[in-house]
Amino acid sequence: MSVLAVRDLSASYHKNKVLYDVDFEINQGSLTGIVGPNGAGKSTLLKVMLDLHPKLSGSVVFFGKNLSQTKTRIGYVPQRGSVDWDFPTNALDVVLMGLYGKIGWFKWPSKKDKALAMASLEKMGMADYANRQISQLSGGQQQRVFLARALVQDADLYFMDEPLVGVDAATESAIMETLKQLKENGKTVMVVHHDLLTVEEYFDHVMLLNKTIVKHGRTDETFTKENVQATYGGALRWMKEA
Amino acid sequence: MTYTAWILLTASLVGLSCGIIGVFLILRRMAMMADAISHTVLLGIVTAYLITRELSGVHMLVGAIIAGLLTAVLVQWFHSRGVQQDASIGVVFTTLFAIGVILIATQVGNVHLDVQHALMGEITFLPWNTIHLPVIGDIPKATLMLIVVFLVVLAFIIAFYKEWKITTFDAGLAASLGIPVVLMHYVFMTLVSITTVASFDAVGAIMVVAMLITPAAAAYLWTDRLSVMLVLSGAFGVISAIGGYYLAVWIDTSISGSMAFSTGILFLVSFIFSPNHGLMSRVVKPYTTTE
Repeated sequence: MSVLAVRDLSASYHKNKVLYDVDFEINQGSLTGIVGPNGAGKSTLLKVMLDLHPKLSGSVVFFGKNLSQTKTRIGYVPQRGSVDWDFPTNALDVVLMGLYGKIGWFKWPSKKDKALAMASLEKMGMADYANRQISQLSGGQQQRVFLARALVQDADLYFMDEPLVGVDAATESAIMETLKQLKENGKTVMVVHHDLLTVEEYFDHVMLLNKTIVKHGRTDETFTKENVQATYGGALRWMKEA
Repeated sequence: MTYTAWILLTASLVGLSCGIIGVFLILRRMAMMADAISHTVLLGIVTAYLITRELSGVHMLVGAIIAGLLTAVLVQWFHSRGVQQDASIGVVFTTLFAIGVILIATQVGNVHLDVQHALMGEITFLPWNTIHLPVIGDIPKATLMLIVVFLVVLAFIIAFYKEWKITTFDAGLAASLGIPVVLMHYVFMTLVSITTVASFDAVGAIMVVAMLITPAAAAYLWTDRLSVMLVLSGAFGVISAIGGYYLAVWIDTSISGSMAFSTGILFLVSFIFSPNHGLMSRVVKPYTTTE
């Protein structure tokens, strides 16, 4: 069943076209890696779909509806570097932010909300750091807090922008374990990913992107030498040869 | 109330309102916007005067809000078309301010409105310009306006506390949750504008920047919690305002200048002695570990 249908999407940054003719569907329960060279428009694709960056053309349909009707069913994890980690707040508070949309206007987070946030931190192995100021967390711990915040949203469709960048090995496996659990629970996840070596291990679907979709499909069929080279250009040395 | 009491109350309200607004200015990395708006509200005030021929509170507030929003919109517009953010701010506010200066010089003539006053403020004369209210009695107009603005600012910050927090920390997530990030930005610019214009009479356009930025920057050094930072910043604003007044009386100098100077001293003390970020913290606790 298709949970996301994108048709003829295009977008630009300061008159430079960064995405064109993007056309794809995502099925429920899939775990898709979005892979492509720097400047391929991977992050932009997520932002355009979520209306965080204007689109020039095209349509995006979530669960057969438009974005504004389905916001509570969508979770977004921005790049870790996109926020100011010196902000005066602690880990638990950041996770609570994932619930702000559901809590609604003029209301404060309840005890139940805090318990949910705490449980989510615990899932990511971060319960001991709940009251730690966020600048005192390591890169991996900060990313776990972001993941905990996504989990507490209890969404059906997740978009994650480079969640594995700059994290330690333990965090990387913890995050991948979490993503697999999400998938097993019928959730759908799209992840911007940069490490070609782990694509086959981590994702059942892959989207090869370079301003437009070069290839998109099941990883075992799509992640081939020819397709990856077509995405990255001739410069790439195929890692399996080495 | 005595003359001194009115001045202290007025100055404290400036410190309180500016201190609270300043926290979000700093955390949103918009200190330069405060500088910009503190100047462009002059154009708003002058324009409001030229249209209504009155220098009353409501007209000034409306003029300032329009000028402040115009500044924010123009800065954003130039920036979205490829002009650097800081260059965009610099171009927009100096131009709008210059128009204000030209209008004062050519159109306004012999009114209680001049560039010197707009830049430096004159809190000394405020207690004599009063308005009569039922129950309360005579109250200086500037003080009344500051009370109203302070209550508005406080109401907005408390009512939308979690929305301010999330749009400041992670605008991307906020937008994906359906929180109107752009609207919140312009509401915030409106709050900055009314705070600035209300503080205008007391401390002037240049000193209001000191009151907006410095207490908040000092508070940031003392705490890891947003709520505490807000309270501290407001308190630092009040301390600077009151301390500045007595400093001015003592050495017989400009009140607004002394107030701004006091914020600088408070910041310096914070910078040296704050527990986490201060210079002394590196010297004093070498044996404690952070892990």
